[in-house]
Amino acid sequence: MTMTGVVRTSTALAIEDLRIVVGRSGEDIVDEVSLTIAPGEVLGLVGESGSGKTTVGLAVLGHARKGATIASGRVQIGDVPMLELPLSQLRLARGRLVSYVPQDPGTALNPAMRIGTQLREVLEAHDFGGYEDVHRKRVTEVMAEVLLPGTPQFLRRYPHQLSGGQQQRVGLAMAFACRPSVIVLDEPTTGLDVSTQAHVLQTIRQLCRNHGVAALYVTHDLAVVATLVDRVAVMYAGRIVEHGPATTMFDEPAHPYTRHLIAAVPAMSGERAITGLAGRAPSPGHRPIGCAFAPRCSAATEECRASFPRIDVLADGHTVRCYHPMAAIQQRDHTATAPTAAADVPRDAALTLRRVSASYTGDTVVHDVDLHVGRGECVALVGESGSGKTTVSRSVGGLHQEWTGEIHLGTTVLARAARDRPVEQRLRIQYVFQNPYSSLNPRRPIGESVARPLVVGGMAAGDARRAVADMLERVSLTADYADRYPDQLSGGERQRVAIARALVSKPEVLVCDEVTSALDVLVQAAIVELLAELQRELGLSMLFVTHNLPLVRSIADRTAVMADGRILEVGATERVLSEPEHEYTKRLLADTPRINETQLVEVVEERIDDDVALHLPAVAVPELDV
Amino acid sequence: MSVIEAGLQAGLDSGRIDQPRRHRGVLVAALGLWRTRIGLLLVAVLVGIAVLGPLFAPYGGTEFVGPPFNADAPGTVFGTDKLGQDVWSRFLLGGRTILLLAVVSTLIGLAVGAAIGLVAAYNRGRLDNVLMRTMDVVFAFPNLLLALVAVTTLGRRSWVIVLIVAFTAVPRVARITRGAALGVVERDFVGAAEALGESRTHILGREILPNVAGPLLVEANLRLTYSIALIGALGFLGFGVGLNQPDWAQMINENRPALSTAPWGTLLPIFAIALLTVGVGLVADGLGRAVAGVDRGRPA
Repeated sequence: MTMTGVVRTSTALAIEDLRIVVGRSGEDIVDEVSLTIAPGEVLGLVGESGSGKTTVGLAVLGHARKGATIASGRVQIGDVPMLELPLSQLRLARGRLVSYVPQDPGTALNPAMRIGTQLREVLEAHDFGGYEDVHRKRVTEVMAEVLLPGTPQFLRRYPHQLSGGQQQRVGLAMAFACRPSVIVLDEPTTGLDVSTQAHVLQTIRQLCRNHGVAALYVTHDLAVVATLVDRVAVMYAGRIVEHGPATTMFDEPAHPYTRHLIAAVPAMSGERAITGLAGRAPSPGHRPIGCAFAPRCSAATEECRASFPRIDVLADGHTVRCYHPMAAIQQRDHTATAPTAAADVPRDAALTLRRVSASYTGDTVVHDVDLHVGRGECVALVGESGSGKTTVSRSVGGLHQEWTGEIHLGTTVLARAARDRPVEQRLRIQYVFQNPYSSLNPRRPIGESVARPLVVGGMAAGDARRAVADMLERVSLTADYADRYPDQLSGGERQRVAIARALVSKPEVLVCDEVTSALDVLVQAAIVELLAELQRELGLSMLFVTHNLPLVRSIADRTAVMADGRILEVGATERVLSEPEHEYTKRLLADTPRINETQLVEVVEERIDDDVALHLPAVAVPELDV
Repeated sequence: MSVIEAGLQAGLDSGRIDQPRRHRGVLVAALGLWRTRIGLLLVAVLVGIAVLGPLFAPYGGTEFVGPPFNADAPGTVFGTDKLGQDVWSRFLLGGRTILLLAVVSTLIGLAVGAAIGLVAAYNRGRLDNVLMRTMDVVFAFPNLLLALVAVTTLGRRSWVIVLIVAFTAVPRVARITRGAALGVVERDFVGAAEALGESRTHILGREILPNVAGPLLVEANLRLTYSIALIGALGFLGFGVGLNQPDWAQMINENRPALSTAPWGTLLPIFAIALLTVGVGLVADGLGRAVAGVDRGRPA
């Protein structure tokens, strides 16, 4: 990763002692951040939500969000001091000197404008020089750079006529259009499928190398940056806690927090189960005097709590702020937690799907799916967005009604709609939604939301309250969460609440629909740990729907791979991951970003053709995949 | 520059710090705004006059106290009206009717409109179309004309006025509610309630309604100002309740000819209706801002 052969004589971007504060009280959300990036180099800025990583990314553009102020520090692009420019020049510099690729291209592109027009607008707004023909030429050129067809027909399309991957490529094209020297990428692949993500990452890397662009890649997912970046800076609670070359960071991470981040990434091979980390990062204004990570750190001592560690140089270019670098973190024992391999033994089924086909307004999106989940077994259903996996799970939950075939719960056949099923059946099968930000009613206290299944089941209010308190503790929250409202909770806590609601009625079958995809890796690991534990303790049968193939290792006994509405292969998880039979599974495995493996660099081949294939929404499938 | 700005906005939204925030209601947030406070003050004063005024009226509403249209009639504060009745007494007595009618009709319009909007948004499909197109038809009639037709055919009774004013409010409330609810019905907690098999009434009333309460509250205040104006207009045109009963709107019409010689009979009720409308409007605006502010801090 570091061996690009580029001689780093100059600096494209230099950030020095950046400090950003909020509100009147002046609590810092970012402090003591210093970074440099050379032309052609990609630096990964990694941290969980709220760590201040996006704030740093925006500061590079001389922007602070409403309420925040850049209190001190310097941001230098080439020899331009970004923070000292008057607004008019700053506007010109943005896009021209430094540009920004946002997380969700779907919202950043103007839905009412053709993409060609939007691209030309960028050039015009920044006085790219020349006239219309020059601009047109540059548009065609930059489209080729991001591997999209620059044909007039394609440029006449509107954003909604492009796939997610194509939209993000257009976002990249816009960012690269004026040939900036620095580019800030804010989790640009978060919403994309693994294959699409791999292609987009590949494009980003090539663009930066070929055109000598310095890139700041902001992300929460270490595995993503592993395939892309030269150096990594890890942020925690507004400060950089570790910074070094990518290879060193992954091979010998020094800070306990970095170690936790790596432990939370699902491994593709090997015997490592993912490990989460309890607690949450202290919010601005509540940060301890000493090391901000100390409250969550198993190696913390008095020293850590007394003062914030200084920057320590471990090796050339590898720095850490920790009194106890290289301290071992508590990792779970794999054998006790990962699913046992007795998966091929048939068990009596808790949930059976027979020739289930589902459609949306007449268009069939799921074809003849046969699947069973044994008692106490966890079956993962893996596929990319649009594969129909969510439709299957929604049909099981009675939320999608346009399906044929049979779904058995134990020995009884389920009615199509949840409303037509008897109460007792509805309580025996429970559903956890993908997005904890939308699955809890914001106007209702947590306790009431969790109690609903019990109330529907006819339980008295007092008993229900006690049961809710018990359940909240089971999911590692406390009983006093019952009185809080969803907006007072973090994403991980909300998902715990959603799990509590699903389990409070003691169901037999739990359907988990992408329950971790909206969460940071550390939180994802903690949620998967929790689910695996509850599944074992309560003897739950679980259908675990996900697009994250390596994640299934930590939880599923068997795995079914789905694409285009059909199940391609089913088998013991270990077997599917290590010896995939179907071509599609192999491709999915190859495209998954990974760390701790030697071939970090060239895992991705160019396979742009199918991404470019137009995904016109002939079937407007309301898949809920983010 | 829209693209980069939009991008910045997106980045800024995702980079929001997620810290535990005290749960503040819309009402509390609205009270923090000056416009709401001023609005509430105006409303309180005028409602006070309308409700408590009759206790302080020096004369009866139809009592003869002096020569007509005499601004300086002895024993009066604001003179006499066209029938020689005391302007001040009639002003104190005349607010109750218009206020009561306006509030009741707004509440009815709000309840019916919200119910229609919720049902339309939740069921979508054909029912949605039927309901909303019906609303459009009602929408198409000029409110005042509709009210005049109703009053002339059914008589000048309070319930006719209340129902017809409520009726004109329904389509607007329904549309606002439907619009706000469309975004809510898509959210997973509604799906969770469906998976549990909750009743439709529960889903509409307990899951969806609280989440559209903010916009609905704003709309309620707006409708109230419109109701006041519409009932006032009916009164002014002589289609109000009861002939020669003290009533702000009718007072404006009756005393109009003497605006230059005995202005108070017209000006007092004009000020009252204007300030009441402005006050309610300010509260609506404050609530609107509070709703926007409160909900902006929420991740979708």
